[in-house]
Amino acid sequence: MDVLMLSRLQFAMATMFHFIFVPLTLGLSVMVAIMETYYVRTGKEVYLRMTKFWGKLFVINFVLGVVTGITLEFQFGTNWSKYSEYVGDIFGSLLAIEATVAFFMESTFLAAWIFGWKKLSAKMHCACIWIVAIASNMSAVWIILANGWMQNPVGYVIRNGRAELENFITVITNPFAWSQFLHNGFGALVVGGFFIMGISAYHLLRKNEVEFFTTSFKMGLVCAFIFSIAVAVQGHGHAQEVAHVQPAKLAAMEALWETTDSAPMYLLSVPNEAKEENSIELFGIPGGLSFLAFNSFDAPVKGLKAWAKEDRPPVTVTFLAFRLMVGLGTLFPLLCIWAWIKRKNLVENKLLLRVMLYSIPLPYIAIWAGWAIAEVGRQPWIVYGIMKTSDAVSPIVTSQVAFSFIGLTLLYTILGTCEIFLLTKFARKGPEPVKA
Amino acid sequence: MLETIWFLLWGVLWAVYFMLDGYDLGLGAMMPFLAKNEKDKKTIFNAMGPFWDGNEVWLITAGGVTFAAFPKAYAVMFSGLYTALMLLLMALIIRGVAFEFRGLVESDGARKFWDACMVFGSAVPALLLGVAFANIFQGIPINAEGVFQGGLLTLLNPYGLAGGVLFVLLFTLHGCLWLAVRTTGDLNERAGNMAAAIWPILVAVYVAFLALTGIYTKLLSNYLAHPILLLILLVPIFAIVKTRTLISAQKWWKAWASSALLIVSTTLFGVIGLFPALLPSSINPAFSITIYNAASSQLTLKIMLTVALVMVPIVIIYQFWMHKFFATKITDEDLGY
Repeated sequence: MDVLMLSRLQFAMATMFHFIFVPLTLGLSVMVAIMETYYVRTGKEVYLRMTKFWGKLFVINFVLGVVTGITLEFQFGTNWSKYSEYVGDIFGSLLAIEATVAFFMESTFLAAWIFGWKKLSAKMHCACIWIVAIASNMSAVWIILANGWMQNPVGYVIRNGRAELENFITVITNPFAWSQFLHNGFGALVVGGFFIMGISAYHLLRKNEVEFFTTSFKMGLVCAFIFSIAVAVQGHGHAQEVAHVQPAKLAAMEALWETTDSAPMYLLSVPNEAKEENSIELFGIPGGLSFLAFNSFDAPVKGLKAWAKEDRPPVTVTFLAFRLMVGLGTLFPLLCIWAWIKRKNLVENKLLLRVMLYSIPLPYIAIWAGWAIAEVGRQPWIVYGIMKTSDAVSPIVTSQVAFSFIGLTLLYTILGTCEIFLLTKFARKGPEPVKA
Repeated sequence: MLETIWFLLWGVLWAVYFMLDGYDLGLGAMMPFLAKNEKDKKTIFNAMGPFWDGNEVWLITAGGVTFAAFPKAYAVMFSGLYTALMLLLMALIIRGVAFEFRGLVESDGARKFWDACMVFGSAVPALLLGVAFANIFQGIPINAEGVFQGGLLTLLNPYGLAGGVLFVLLFTLHGCLWLAVRTTGDLNERAGNMAAAIWPILVAVYVAFLALTGIYTKLLSNYLAHPILLLILLVPIFAIVKTRTLISAQKWWKAWASSALLIVSTTLFGVIGLFPALLPSSINPAFSITIYNAASSQLTLKIMLTVALVMVPIVIIYQFWMHKFFATKITDEDLGY
């Protein structure tokens, strides 16, 4: 394998691993902050115990998010030095701003929260977790503004052989990036909601701490319910933006080969990249794709063949990831409706509880699939329409990347195993018993 | 002008990073020599617990600022020092999770494992950061295109290794003083004695490093061109002496601050000698990455400066609050006894 392929694999691996922790951090921080606010306002013990229990799981998860994030920042320099040089003027500044305005705050106040139970007043302590929740999400804003710029570059001019900033406001108000941010943020709240429901379900199945876990479950449910609908509605809008901004990605998402007026939407199709066609296309809804993409049944939709072969994204991965994401995205509101109907008598509904327990990984898979569409679907471009991924890679020796790739993979595998072991252990253990 | 301001800010950010993460990296590396029992170990972990993460963000910021203000330097530096940097990252990852996981495991074996991770993850970054910076001072083999021409062993030259040893000593002294700040009794005494024991070695290595700097690097030429700048060297000399007297006086906070001043002034002494290069080329000075050929556009530098001028003071205020409020003497209650 060459440096490019290894670097891509390493980056994909590192990002996906990082992204086991990030969505839960984003979603759960808000949930824990709400729990603690309830506690401060009502003084009820159950909310305090909830804050501590879910907060502990949050913290276990947080640390790995932080340490794996550092790797990502530095990989731009180590593995993608040509890219860094070309776009540092814009991309680098967004990352630097993220660290100064958000990451410092997140790390400092989380530490204050963890170590401040006895030292800080209840209100101050609660303020700390809110600062963490807000800063975490603010950090996501800047990171996604940076990613959004790679997807839809705006506010720049090519000068001195690189992309230079021309209009900062345009860069930070990039509508495509904000839409990505919302989609990701809503998704993260779905992850958080299902995480809480799933673990609560585990305990409710055992009739353990019924009041505690019923209250938790309901909080998770409300969160997951609202945001599973929000993410679907907003996702539709986002797909329409993709249709306008990145038509090749849309064509790959739908495996549409020929440019078609009134493009149908097939409920079942199997793309064949080698033959540049779909080996199966069944259950077409006439004009469906045109309508979904452009709000008009006869709008023309560009097919993949409109681009030279080397300018097309990998079709199968993009196509399958999109199916997976949409499928799961449809399932989530349905699961929420089911849980909502049964919410008054959770303990008796063993099937629901079991399904919810095993659903914990599903939102993770959906959000991973979402990023796979975003990143794979934009290939061969690293910055859409401006710079190809193959031109971005560092001029370094293959063996170096091979070494780091193997090293990081081994390390992450071990850490991931430890992490899952610990999360499971503490999730199973349940909240600390009430002090007599 | 903006380039020069950013060059100084760049140096200051790295210096602050060394000053802050320096104490927890140093303390982590010294743990086996300071802790006699489980309670000591817990105390040491607790001494760093509330701070290490906030400290490490300065690294991310220093990296981010290199990226934003001098993208070419970021690209060349990080791809050139590839393997060293990957090792640094892996060590920091192992260290970060050791903080979390150690407190959550119950068996002795698992605790010992995470203790070892803490020591490894603290000592290796201290060493590598020193090696990296000494190599930057010395210049690395980059060609006209900014492509690194060496291998991993290129960095492990005598001067690079001397820099590594110097950093390890600076950090471990700093770490011992931090532990002294946060403890009473036995552990406090041991930390103070250890700091006193490291001090003469540090002085010897420091002097040797300065001499080697004269031999291996061109840093001094900046100073010789403007001899007045040599006065800056008085700051680390003052700090190094003051640190020793404050250790004897057992004024731990002040001794720590003095050691912090030592780290900051040492870093800045090197950085100023580097000016205007960020990454000198050892092949040909004309290939060096300087603030002029590496800087971002004026607009980016201006916007970033505004962000920095607003945000950095705020960060300093809450991190200062954090240190003042949480860096009290550790009691049994803090450890859950």
